[in-house]
This record gives sequence, C-alpha cells and structure tokens, in this order.
Amino acid sequence: MQTPAPFEYERATSVEGAIAALERLGSDARIIAGGHSLLPMMKLRLASPEYLIDINDLAELAYIREQDGEIRIGAMTRHVDLLKSELLARRFPLFRDAETVIADPVVRNRGTIGGSLCQADAAEDLSAVCSAAKAQVVIRGAEGERVVGMEDFHVGPFMTAVGAGEILTEVRLRMRRGAGSGHEKVERRAGDWAIAAASAALWVDGGTIDDVGIALSAVGVTTIHLTRAEELLRGKPPSDELFAQAGVIASEDCSPSADGRGPIDYKRHLAGVLTQRALRRSAARALSEEA
Amino acid sequence: MAVVENLPSPSTERPIGFGRLKRKEDARFIRGKGTYLDDIELPGMVHGAVLRSPYAHARIVSIDTSAALAHPNVAAVVTAKDLETLGLAWMPTISYDTQAVLAGDKVRFQGQEVAFVIATDEYSANDALALIDVEYDPLPAVVNARKALDADAPLIRDDKSGQADNLASPTWEAGDERATERAFAEADHVVSRDMIYPRCHPAPLETCGIIADFNPETGQLDIYNGNQAPHAHRTVYAHVAGLAEHMIRIRCQDIGGGFGNKVPVYPGYVCAIAGSIVAGVPVKWVENRSENLMSTGFARDYIMRGEMCSKDGKITGLRVDAIADHGAFDSTAQPTKFPAGFFHIVCGSYDLQASHVKVKAVYSNKAPGGVAYRCSFRVTEAVYLVERMVDALALEMKADPIDLRMRSFIAAEQFPYETTTGWTYDSGEYAKTMDVAKKIAGYDDLRREQAEKRARGELMGIGVSFFTEGVGAGPRKHMDILGLAMNDGADLRVHPSGKAVVSISAQTQGQGHETTFAQIVAEELGIPPEDVEVRHGDTDKSPYGLGTYGSRSTPVSGGAVAVVSRKVRDKARMIAATMLETRPEDLAWEKGRWYVKGDPEKGAMIEDIAARAYSGEPMPADFEGGLDAQVIYDPPNLTYPYGAYIAVVDIDPDTGHVKVRRFIAVDDCGVRINPMVVDGQIHGGLAEGVGIALMELISFDEEGNCLNSSFMDYLIPTALECPDFELGETVTPCPHHPLGAKGVGESPTVGSPPAIVNAVIDALYEPHGVEHIDMPCTPARVWAAMQGRPEPPQ
Repeated sequence: MQTPAPFEYERATSVEGAIAALERLGSDARIIAGGHSLLPMMKLRLASPEYLIDINDLAELAYIREQDGEIRIGAMTRHVDLLKSELLARRFPLFRDAETVIADPVVRNRGTIGGSLCQADAAEDLSAVCSAAKAQVVIRGAEGERVVGMEDFHVGPFMTAVGAGEILTEVRLRMRRGAGSGHEKVERRAGDWAIAAASAALWVDGGTIDDVGIALSAVGVTTIHLTRAEELLRGKPPSDELFAQAGVIASEDCSPSADGRGPIDYKRHLAGVLTQRALRRSAARALSEEA
Repeated sequence: MAVVENLPSPSTERPIGFGRLKRKEDARFIRGKGTYLDDIELPGMVHGAVLRSPYAHARIVSIDTSAALAHPNVAAVVTAKDLETLGLAWMPTISYDTQAVLAGDKVRFQGQEVAFVIATDEYSANDALALIDVEYDPLPAVVNARKALDADAPLIRDDKSGQADNLASPTWEAGDERATERAFAEADHVVSRDMIYPRCHPAPLETCGIIADFNPETGQLDIYNGNQAPHAHRTVYAHVAGLAEHMIRIRCQDIGGGFGNKVPVYPGYVCAIAGSIVAGVPVKWVENRSENLMSTGFARDYIMRGEMCSKDGKITGLRVDAIADHGAFDSTAQPTKFPAGFFHIVCGSYDLQASHVKVKAVYSNKAPGGVAYRCSFRVTEAVYLVERMVDALALEMKADPIDLRMRSFIAAEQFPYETTTGWTYDSGEYAKTMDVAKKIAGYDDLRREQAEKRARGELMGIGVSFFTEGVGAGPRKHMDILGLAMNDGADLRVHPSGKAVVSISAQTQGQGHETTFAQIVAEELGIPPEDVEVRHGDTDKSPYGLGTYGSRSTPVSGGAVAVVSRKVRDKARMIAATMLETRPEDLAWEKGRWYVKGDPEKGAMIEDIAARAYSGEPMPADFEGGLDAQVIYDPPNLTYPYGAYIAVVDIDPDTGHVKVRRFIAVDDCGVRINPMVVDGQIHGGLAEGVGIALMELISFDEEGNCLNSSFMDYLIPTALECPDFELGETVTPCPHHPLGAKGVGESPTVGSPPAIVNAVIDALYEPHGVEHIDMPCTPARVWAAMQGRPEPPQ
C-alpha cells in the first residue's frame, strides 16, 4: 500500500466554515474535493499537506442550472454529472466530448469541476474546456465573492487566481446564439492523461465567426489559450482553410516537452491536428444550431 | 479431432467431467470474499517497509539509521551489516547467480533494497524510511544492454570474483551454424531485421508481499505468501536461512495474479523472515505499486537480430543473434540446462532446412528478474521474432503472409517432428487451424476492404501470427530448477460418502484450478465436480511440486491428477470385484460405475465402492482398505499448443493512434477440460498481448531512473482497447498427455503481439514504407515511423 505522510483532517459543513478553516490553518491546509489528484500525490509523497479540509458534504455546491442567461455549475459538481447533463450537451457539447474521455467512471464519480480547475494541471481537460467556452469562475473568500474570467484564471503551472483563504465556488457559462463547440483528445489508452487535447467553441452569427475560444491541454506548463488563432478566426466565415491556418498557429504557439507520451515535434503536430478537428466539429455544430 | 468453429452453445446441464462449467472459486471472488495476503492479520503482527535506492549505480558510503530508530513506533532497522551476521546479506537466484538482499557495498539499480524498517504499523514504517540517512557516491549507470558490452562500460558486478565485464553468462547457442550458412547461400530471398522485445512487467493487480511468523518456542516458521511455487520457495528458504525444511510451512492464500512475477524469492521476503526470527513476532511486508514495478521480476528485454531465407517459395533458414538484458542480478526464471530459456523454439511452426541461434546475456543497472511473464521461458520473445521475420520475408517475396506460412508449415504427417534446434513437437495440424482462422476473419474480404480504404488514404492493416509453444516443463531428464525436477504430485482421497479431496502441487493465481482439477477427477471417476475439493497452495497439505507458471498446470499437475484418479479407479475395481463376487478383469468401467461384463445391470457405483472401502466388510486379499492414491508425474515431453491469430487494425493517419478493430484467435491446446476456463484464459492473455503491443514499457533515462513506476506511467490495457475477441478452436490431442491436453494460459500473450505489430506494419508499409516498428506501438512511435524516423524504445 502507498501511505501518505501524517495529516490532520477536518470536514467542512459550510462554505463559510471551510473558508474560516483555510484562514485559520494557513498555507499548510489544502481543500480536498474528489481527491483524485491530491490523494495520489499524497500517497506518492509528492504532496504533504498538514491539514485537509474536506468539502464533500457541501451539497449546496453541486448543481448545474440555468440562471440569468448563464449556465451555472457548482464547484462540487462531479464529472459524471457534467457528462450526463443534457443542458450542457445541448449548449456546450464540448463538455460531454471531454467528459467521455476524462479518466474512467470511478474517477468521474468522485472528481469535481472545481477540483479539476483548481488543480490546474496543464494536462487536465476541463481547464481547456472552460477556457474555450469563455467561462467565468466565482471565487469566494472571507471578504466576499469575485468573478474571474478563464483568461485570467491560470497564473502559472498548477497555480490559479484562487488566493489564500479562498474557494472556487461556481463556474458560469454565458449562453449565446449560434454556439458550437468540441473537444478532441489523443491518449495512449482510455483514462490516460492526454498526449495533447484541443477545446474549441465558436459563436457564428450570419455566417461569420462572431466569437471563438480555443485552448490546448498537455502541450505546455499551463493550459494554452490560443489567442492568436482566435484573433485570426474572428469575423471570418468558418472554412477548412481557415481552420488549417489555426492549426498551424496551434503548433507554433504551444510549448510541449518530451516525455513518455511523445516527443516535442509529435505533440506540436498533434496540437495542430486536434485544433483543426475541434474547430471543424465546433463549426458543424454551430451551423446546425444557427440553421 | 473435430473442428469446432466459434463457441458451442452453452449447455444448461452441469457436466460430470469435462465441459463448460462456471468456476467454483468465482462465488467468493465476485462477492469480494477472497482472502488475499493483506487481508490476513495475526496477533502481535508488526510491519516492514523497504528503503530503496534513488540511484541506479552508486557506492554506499554510509548508512545512518539512528533517527529512524528514534521513531517511537519503530522496532528495528535492518541493513546489510545486520544481515551479514546472519549470513543473509546475499541470496542465490533461481539462475545460480547471487543477489544482494540488502545492498551493502553499492546499489546496482534504482529501487534496490537498502534497508528494512520494522514498525508497529505500516504508516510508521513508511514514515521512518525518510529518517534513514544514506550517503551515496554515484557511479555512471549502464541501461543499454549493447553499451554494457563496451570495453569502457562501468563494471556492475564487481562483487563477483573473476568478473571483468558485464557478461552475465557465456554465449549460448543452438542449431547448426554451418548448415544454416548453407541454407542462406542457396536461398532465393534473404531478409534481416533488428528488433527489440522491450522490457515490460507482469504487473499483477495484487503486489508481492509476505507474512513471516516464526515461533521461537517450537522453531516453526509459518509463511503466508502468494507465490507461484511454494514448495520450491520452502526448499530455498531452508537452504538460505539454514532452517529445517520440515519446520517451514508456506500457505498461499488467494493470489491476485502472478503472471511470473510471483515466481522469484524477493529480498523483502528474506528481510521479513529474518525480522520475524530475530523479533519472534509475525512480520508483514506488502510492497506498494511503485515497488512492484521498479524492483520485482520484469519480463522480456531482448535485443534481437533475425535473418530468414526462403527457397522455392518456402521458408528454409533462420539465424538469430540476441542479447538478453538481465538487469543487475541474473534471476531469470528458466530450467537449469537452458540458460536462454526456451528461446531456441524460435524455428516456430515451420519445416526449416537449418537454423542457428546465439544468445548473449548481460548485466545492466536495471532491476533483476527476467521472469517468464505469462510465457514459457522466452517462448514469447522467440515467437515474436519468428513471426515478425516471416512477415518481413513475405514482404520481400511479395507473398501473402498466410500463403507463405501455409507453404512452410510442418505437415501433419511429420509429427512427432524434431526441429532444427532440438525440440520434439508432439502433434499438430497447422494448416487446418490456419484455415479456420482465415474463415472466421473473412480474410479475402478483409484484403478487399483494405485495398478500398488504402485508395481513400485510410490506414488499415491485417496481421497474422501462427505460433507454436513448448509448455509444461518438464521431463525430469531435461529440466530442473535449482536441482529440483520439474515434476508435480497429486494425492486423491475418496471419502466413505464418495466425496473426494484432491491435493495438487500447483496452485491457482486465477487460472481456475479449483474447478478444472475437480473436473479431471470427475471425468475419471464419474462423480460430480462439486463433490471434489481441490487443495493447493499449502506446503503442509499438498504434495511436492514446482508450481504454476510456464503453462505447466494442466500438462504436469493435470497429468498427475489424471493418473492418480486412474489409480483410485483401479483400486475401486478390486473392491468392486469383491463386492460383486467376480474377478476384476471381468468388470468394465462406465463413468461412475464398475459393472460385470455381459451383465451390465450388475455393478457398483463409486460411492458404494467408497463406503465399502472403509467398512468392516470383506476386502480383496492384500488390500489395505481405503480409497486413495498418491502419484508423482514426470511428463515424457513438453506439450506443444499452437494457434492461428489474425489482428485487424485501423490507424489514424493524422495522429498515429492504433485501434485493434478485430482479433481472431484460433487455439489448439489439445483436449479442453473446461472450454469456458480456456476461453477466459485466452481473453485475459489477448488483453495482455494488446497491452504489450500498444502501450506497456518499462523504460529508463540515461542515469538509470525508471520512468514507469506507477500505473500513471506504466499503462495496462482496459476493455476499451480490446476488441470483442473472436475465438475458434481445433482439437489435436496431445499424444503423450494422459488426457490429450496441452497448456494454454500463455498462448494468447505469446501469439498476439506479433499479430498486432504485423498488422501495424501491414497498414504502413505500402503507403509509408515502414518495415518495422518496435513495441509498444504508441501513437507517438507510430507517427515517428510514418515520418521515416522509427525509434527503438529506450
């Protein structure tokens, strides 16, 4: 058995209580949600937090609902619920694309969207999904709430805008007309981390791309926001040639490193291929939405 | 010799004897009621943990255990120095090498055992590991077997006197070098390929572990340890630790997979035993996943160059030059007289004119092991090489790979057939089996589909392998391990009520022994399998034998059970004759009953005979009473199962991702005792073959760091990577096995990787000119090959 180092454990009964515990215990404390990243790290002794604050009892953070023209997803919503949500599948199908290939059912039953985003592992899918979908996240601390766009959320490897004494509580997706989205991933085996993955979302209005989001997983130290490719696409009619150009930019603008999943040139190549595929799939969905 | 295509329809009747029957053991397994090593708690038990080397090669300057000893829950910290005083610092391997139990002079692979902590609980034992201060002086590491042979390569085994290089044993040869040269000189076509069967790991879901419980009052050592050869382990412990063999009892509880990984004796076992002897309390040690992957018996790691030639459209010659990477200590599993295992079965299923095989074995700064992972001692490497070579030759000849095989097969009438490397194959009708596979696959339609897809730029490949294995080691005159003949025993007792207990030398790690061996007794005695209890895995309750690996359970232990059942049946005949007041020779047998020839109404059922055997009624003269027997079975030869496998793959031309779309496996393992168990074995082995072909790899960086020490980095396949396996069978009975049966457990793991790689090459050769890809065929490696840059695995 792999055994973690000793730690103290506390079970939060409210968001306020969890925040208070974080403030009290300081930087030696970690929030534990699904635990599917944190616990393996602790068992391998790559992480040794002194305190764990368990927020699994916070049922008030588990929801997917429509409100004020947005889809709002509570931070404790499990992968399996994102996978099953018809609302998300209709409005943001890239979630279902991604959830189908995230880990395995055991992990999906426990892992949460908040945990995935806060872990901010560059190889993780939902960070790219939320970036492409132009999501905003709600971060709550003792002083109150603030809303941060995904473009400002990732601040470094495994680092996010969530500060000391704060908890991510909600993910918000603005519903707009003419939306289409898709997520594409290549992995060595079902449930493995991506060799590379690409998320895309398009909003088509009157035959031209009104807005677009593209993000890549596993090809850099953080989730890659392909802003240069987004600028290229915006205002133009969707076409395979345009998407091929975006793919070239994706290959250029990612910064993968070589590992057991593949060498750098292959990962750059994949970033391009998957960006094109995600865009093509998004466009097909957006155009059928618009029609 | 009926050819049965696809599965027979399931029968609702429970067979008395052979037939499809759900496994007895599944009742507890599927309910989570099995008892594995870590489920066992003994009073007063303490826990061990192993400190392992972070370096692949380094001198140990000093070890300071004082801080660990100061931990309140730590009872002892054992180092090589402590073991030296007990004479246990080094232990013999199963290949007559020596292996450090705990490293004293230097560490020779990353993950090597350096110290053993004993604490009141597992958590404390692991916490204390961080408190041990070891000062290392790092040395350059050797991780590439070819470089290990360089003149300036660092010497790994400086502990061995007279060892001046990294050669682990003298070059071993089989076949006829000059005759092979002639065959190549006369050939029409010659091909050569360099290929690597990369290091992979059996990775059983239950890792290795032990509980050692020494009783200082009685001198009895009780060992709980899921291993594949408990009797042999007991003998080894007796020799290594100087303990009396009759005072050692090993119990194998339920075992969560072995696959060869649980054949060797590991340093952690010796430490736990030493700890229990010194402390006088039970010591439990269970390794974690990383320890299992980094330090225990790996598999394969063969670097091979093959050359094959043909004349008049038929394969005629084969030449192989191989380097075996044994890691830091040679603890390869193989019979003593076969230093390269059964690798020289590399002539495969073909009637060759000549062949010649050379194998060099080297040390490297990698974990020791070289276990036969679901493989009879290097048969897997051999089959991979020959089946890849046949496809390479077919490409060169522009021949269909099935046609070339068909033209070159050993013909049915040539059996028993002596190969050019000295094996005597028992039986086979290869062409028939190949035909069945071809038919199930719809081979010609597949080729048409491939041509259409190729025209559209799609990548589809069809790969064939036809393997012959030698399994069931083995005949006493040829095969032993550490001087122990590779024979098995069986002990059958039929009780007064007609219910029976059969004790066998082999024990299950999931193969279904409790069902299959009951069915053998049932078949031979005509009593229901549920009335036969199979005892195994406890050295106090089972006859001596060498265990379960190398597909030897049915060939050897199965033979023993058949023979012991027949002995009991003969005894029953004597008793029946007395009961029926006739002579034994006047009786005839039908399942479950002896009856009077010519008067079939007059007879005695086996349960009536059993009751009589233990009764006060008159007995035959010179008859001791009871209905039981005991045998040792010395198989006259190996059994030679074979099969025809066809894989169909689709490759994403943009990403290099390989999908195995179909897999057809037609196995001939002789008579099938429980076809459902056989199917299960084949399914499991094919899944492992998919894993080895597509994703499994233990690799190292240049400093000797193991890069695959968790299931995040060492991938094993899931159901999603496996197609719906299409099985078929032919039945060519084994002429020398009492039941006509051959081993089968390993066939699918042995036969499937070359079929998949051949399919990948079949997809890529024409459009991209790819002649070879080493496993694993990961997307990145396939894509690199498509760019003209194939890379060997590191």
